[in-house]
Amino acid sequence: MSTMRLLAGRTLSAGPEGFAEHAARLGPLPHAGRDLTEVVVRSGLTGRGGAGFAAGLKWRAAAARHAQALVVNGAEGEPHSKKDRLLMSTRPHLVLDGALLAARAVRVKEIVLYIGEHHTIARAAMEHALAERPGAERKHFRIAAAPARYVSGDSSAAVHLVTTGIALPTSAPAAPAMVQNVETLAHVALIARFGEDTGTVLVTMAGGVARPGVLEVETTATIADAIALAGGATEPPRAVLLGGYFGAWVEIGQAQGLTLDPVALRARGLSLGCGVVGVLPGSHCPVCETAGIMRYLAGESSAQCGPCFFGLRALAEASGRIANQGSNSEDLQRLQRWAAEVRGRGACKHPDGAVMFLQSALSTFGQEFASHQAHRARRTA
Amino acid sequence: MPDTFLWYVTRAAGAVSLVLLSGVVILGLLSTMRVQGKAWPRFLTTGLHRNVALIAVVFLFLHIVTAVVDPFTHLGWGAALIPFSSYYRTFWLGLGVIAFDLLLAIIVTSLVRNFIGHRTWRAIHWLAYASWPVAVIHGLGTGTDVWSFWFMLLTATCVGVVLIVAGYRFMAGPFDPLHTARTVFRGSVEKRELP
Amino acid sequence: MSRQYELVVDRIRCDGRGLCAELLPELIRLDDWGYPIISSGPIPDHLMPLAERAVEDCPVLALTLRRVEQGKRGGR
Repeated sequence: MSTMRLLAGRTLSAGPEGFAEHAARLGPLPHAGRDLTEVVVRSGLTGRGGAGFAAGLKWRAAAARHAQALVVNGAEGEPHSKKDRLLMSTRPHLVLDGALLAARAVRVKEIVLYIGEHHTIARAAMEHALAERPGAERKHFRIAAAPARYVSGDSSAAVHLVTTGIALPTSAPAAPAMVQNVETLAHVALIARFGEDTGTVLVTMAGGVARPGVLEVETTATIADAIALAGGATEPPRAVLLGGYFGAWVEIGQAQGLTLDPVALRARGLSLGCGVVGVLPGSHCPVCETAGIMRYLAGESSAQCGPCFFGLRALAEASGRIANQGSNSEDLQRLQRWAAEVRGRGACKHPDGAVMFLQSALSTFGQEFASHQAHRARRTA
Repeated sequence: MPDTFLWYVTRAAGAVSLVLLSGVVILGLLSTMRVQGKAWPRFLTTGLHRNVALIAVVFLFLHIVTAVVDPFTHLGWGAALIPFSSYYRTFWLGLGVIAFDLLLAIIVTSLVRNFIGHRTWRAIHWLAYASWPVAVIHGLGTGTDVWSFWFMLLTATCVGVVLIVAGYRFMAGPFDPLHTARTVFRGSVEKRELP
Repeated sequence: MSRQYELVVDRIRCDGRGLCAELLPELIRLDDWGYPIISSGPIPDHLMPLAERAVEDCPVLALTLRRVEQGKRGGR
């Protein structure tokens, strides 16, 4: 097992690691060609953008369909996620290395750095890092700004922006580009040098922890370990939202022992997703939190498909009514019915993600939803 | 004044075509407005729109053929297909030819809709808003009994109903419930130029 | 065995016009907002003519018929 870590090197608060320092620490860019694909397959690396698809298999498919560009997905539209920004702003050369290696393996000449439009520090660091690279490498890159919407980080939206100028998610098959998350490519940069993956993942600890922020942890670490590393919980937690807004609520007793290993989580029907681990403090109402997130997700629908736009809005309104006015059987029934009806009837995965989030809330907090009463004191967030 | 049988048929078929085509336009407008009732499903509007258009073509065909073969007008087949090429009432007849050519484009594209895709089909279908008024003006200009009471009443009724329905269609806002939200969202995700 | 088809709807193109549900209520119903919920699986032979009509009549050409591979389930 490699002891290398993504965030090894200078302290994170010292700004981006320059090219010379990067090369001195890790050596030059490896001369890997197409055979790197098989190395990546064997490493078991899975995508770190949310879907968790096996990276090596994605590369094989992209090469087979003669993909024409590589989109480096640094949109990071998930509100609480910070890991991609952190990587770009502190270890930009890891990302660039990974991108060049992937491009070579898949035989693609054009690389687009798709960076969230408001992530100014990350973009500045990536631009500066690009300028430090030799011209032969630099010429393959261009930067595109990802609009600050939740769905901008969707792979099809990224490709759509790059090809047509509008970041709309679609259900279009076989895109002309391969999309890979920033963190995945950083892992590639180390796999190419050491022959195996780091065995670590980046997670963003959020919510009721003393020191929220990005952590690099071994995949053998548990959620309890991660909470401890983040300074411990601010108060006894009720549950954990694993994987961000498209993730799942897990009751704290069950969550604590879960390892942050994508493969192990999948075996239990869970997913690390975009790596956000949200800790719900015991004093926070899970019904109100869920309703708030549903309202956000409904507002982020791209309004291309009726079931998503109207369905999520109706689900948000119903859960909002339960949150604000107290539980009632009609809204509970509606939540179940609409959730089942909306799922799978959008062109992209947005409605599915939102519905599965809601269904995990109804399952984990069934008691709370059924007996919720309006809060007398409104807590200001 | 020619009183041949053919000439009667030309005029009658022309009048019927006017009524049918006005009906087609109205049905098309109703289709866009997604009208429906308990006993009037939406596929009825669409189905009628299509079938009435095809019947109109039959009457138009009759109208054109009888006009061309009528010995009095001395129209050749060229006059029926090429605008403004007849000696007889050149301008007004030419308008009829234009209206017919546009209608032909609309019908042919509708028949091959599956092959040309929705966008192209829709773009050409908008020519209906050119074809119909041109046909109406042609009718007012070429008919020998155009100033007769019944024909004026017929034309006025057709034009009146079409204008009312069209007025509603163009005033009553988008009929697609997602239109506004979709436009707003698109605006928020258009390409940004980096400063 | 004759070819089997399933109904596939382009969710972005679909406008919630509802003609498909009027023509083929056995397989298509509308949700609370007028958008089609399509039963999965191959279309029974006796409903094929109606399915073809629904595809033809869709004002925005959102419906298509897709050949079903033997042994695969259809989509919504």
